[in-house]
Amino acid sequence: MSADRPRGPCASGPRPPGLLNRKDFLAKLTIGVSVVGAAIIGIPFVGFLLAPFFDRRPQEWRAVGPVEGFRIGTTTRVSFIDASPLPWAGVVAHTAAWLRRDTTDSFIAFSVNCTHFGCPVQWLPDAELFMCPCHGGVYYADGDVAAGPPPRPLPRYPVRVRNGQVEIRTSPIPITT
Amino acid sequence: MSRLEGAWRWIDDRLGVSDVIWPVLTHLAPRDARWYYVFGTATLTAFMLQVVTGIALALSYIPSTSEAYDTLQFITHQAPFGHILRGMHFFGASAMMVMIGAHMAQTFLMGAYKYPREMNWITGVALFAVTIVMAFTGQLLRWDQTAVWSILVSAEIVGRIPVVGGALARFLLAGDTWGGQTLSRFFSFHVFWIPALVFTFIGVHVWLVVRHGISEPPKVGDPVDPRTYRARYHEMMRQEGVPFFPDAAWRDATFAVGLITVVALLAFFVGPPELGKLPDPALLATAPRPDWYLLWTFSLFALLPPSWENYFIVIGPSIAAIVLLLIPLWNRGERSPTRRPWAIASVVAICLMVGSLWIAGIRSPWSPDFTAVPLPPAVVGATAGPVDAGAHLFYDKGCEFCHTIAGHGGQRGPDLTSVGDRLTPAQMTWRILNGGTNMPAFAGNLTPEQLDALIAFLKSRTAR
Repeated sequence: MSADRPRGPCASGPRPPGLLNRKDFLAKLTIGVSVVGAAIIGIPFVGFLLAPFFDRRPQEWRAVGPVEGFRIGTTTRVSFIDASPLPWAGVVAHTAAWLRRDTTDSFIAFSVNCTHFGCPVQWLPDAELFMCPCHGGVYYADGDVAAGPPPRPLPRYPVRVRNGQVEIRTSPIPITT
Repeated sequence: MSRLEGAWRWIDDRLGVSDVIWPVLTHLAPRDARWYYVFGTATLTAFMLQVVTGIALALSYIPSTSEAYDTLQFITHQAPFGHILRGMHFFGASAMMVMIGAHMAQTFLMGAYKYPREMNWITGVALFAVTIVMAFTGQLLRWDQTAVWSILVSAEIVGRIPVVGGALARFLLAGDTWGGQTLSRFFSFHVFWIPALVFTFIGVHVWLVVRHGISEPPKVGDPVDPRTYRARYHEMMRQEGVPFFPDAAWRDATFAVGLITVVALLAFFVGPPELGKLPDPALLATAPRPDWYLLWTFSLFALLPPSWENYFIVIGPSIAAIVLLLIPLWNRGERSPTRRPWAIASVVAICLMVGSLWIAGIRSPWSPDFTAVPLPPAVVGATAGPVDAGAHLFYDKGCEFCHTIAGHGGQRGPDLTSVGDRLTPAQMTWRILNGGTNMPAFAGNLTPEQLDALIAFLKSRTAR
């Protein structure tokens, strides 16, 4: 170890191995203390950067309208507020969904995110098709892929009826993996 | 000695300007350097432009998801010089992408990455990567509707990476979905985290240029030999070299100022990109597109076979990074591009690929045309009867969004202007009911009477 240490200005020839001398100790101390300092600053620094992984908020049910407001056999755009948004989120806290009423009791809430790369799909009522503006994905009224590159049908949000109101459960944005 | 001279001598003695800075400024550079040497300084100038305009914009811009849009409107339409500043920042970003591409192509073609400048190239590749990240994060700070969807599209692209994809997507979104933190984090990345890396790499990169000297123009039949290059280069500089300032620097300065002037003129006459609608994810009538320098990725994902996408997202950038970083392995031999056909071929291939994807992205024929309107009576040729009913169905059922007739409609599917000459009614019926890879099946969506009317209309589409 001492043989390949670089020569300092006061080098005095090879030293016998064994006890740490003052110079080595001070060098190791300087580096060690710097590492501790870096860790003290670095841990909260990195922790805050990675905060989204630790921050899990419970999902909530949101009312999107009275049951009578949705005609059977139609798909309507609804929007609701995300679960526990931060006060300064503003309009970004909105999420939309396409709500389809198949029969008197059966509702389906489709996510608006195309399963290809997430662009919002638009519903064409006469054609009964969802069309994505980005790469040409098309879905049927039940969410199945009709054409184009999407790998999966339109994702669905949980939906229920409570006290005459249709409610959709907020969910993480569906990410196709 | 005048008092001014005396003052200068005092400052110079205490600060060491003449001892340190002047020798660097006047270090010897090749006498026969050409105009194509200016791109490095031009890139650096574009970066400085971005830093300065960015700092100015930060005086008014509030990186809050609820307020950013309003501050952008304020900067663009009310703040004095705000319009020009936003414009300069946008065109400065474009300038930076163009210049870094030119600089990379030039140093590659001239073999300037060879011994002993391999680390110049490596740090340069790192700078290229962080520049793309800066462009991406910066585009998002223009927090309008397109930006909101851009983040989601990026999260979805990143989400396709195996194992860590979902986590990376959550990292980009700063949570399960967009929220109050999404924009402020991107602001921090764009203004602090990435620029710290940029400054560091620029520092190393420029230090290396000074250490190894500016490479001389390559000569045919004069290969790089690591055993003799350094001595020959220093001898060459000693005999023929000229001080960088002013003999070479004048070109750099002139071109850089020209670049800034072009950016300023574009900012003044063309102006910054107009802000779209509010960044409201519940507004769905939108067609998100990246800014022009990333538009080729948009085309790539439209044209790539869908089953390749997951592999491409991981393998594509990895291969690009590995290839770029391994280039300095060929650090000896001929530098002149006329002796290196593979170098020329690769640069041409990349330009053609990115260029053609870019042109395709501008047209984006794969997107349905949501602005299509019902066919005018002049085109239909009837105002009653099955042909007219079929023409209305052609629009109502969404056909016109993907098919063109007489110049009206989308280009996703074949042009149907004279389909009556090409397909029999039976063939048309089969296609409409069954669909295709890129066409929905309309069997569940048309009554027999509607189908008859549609076929009657399409039969009437013949070349007149």
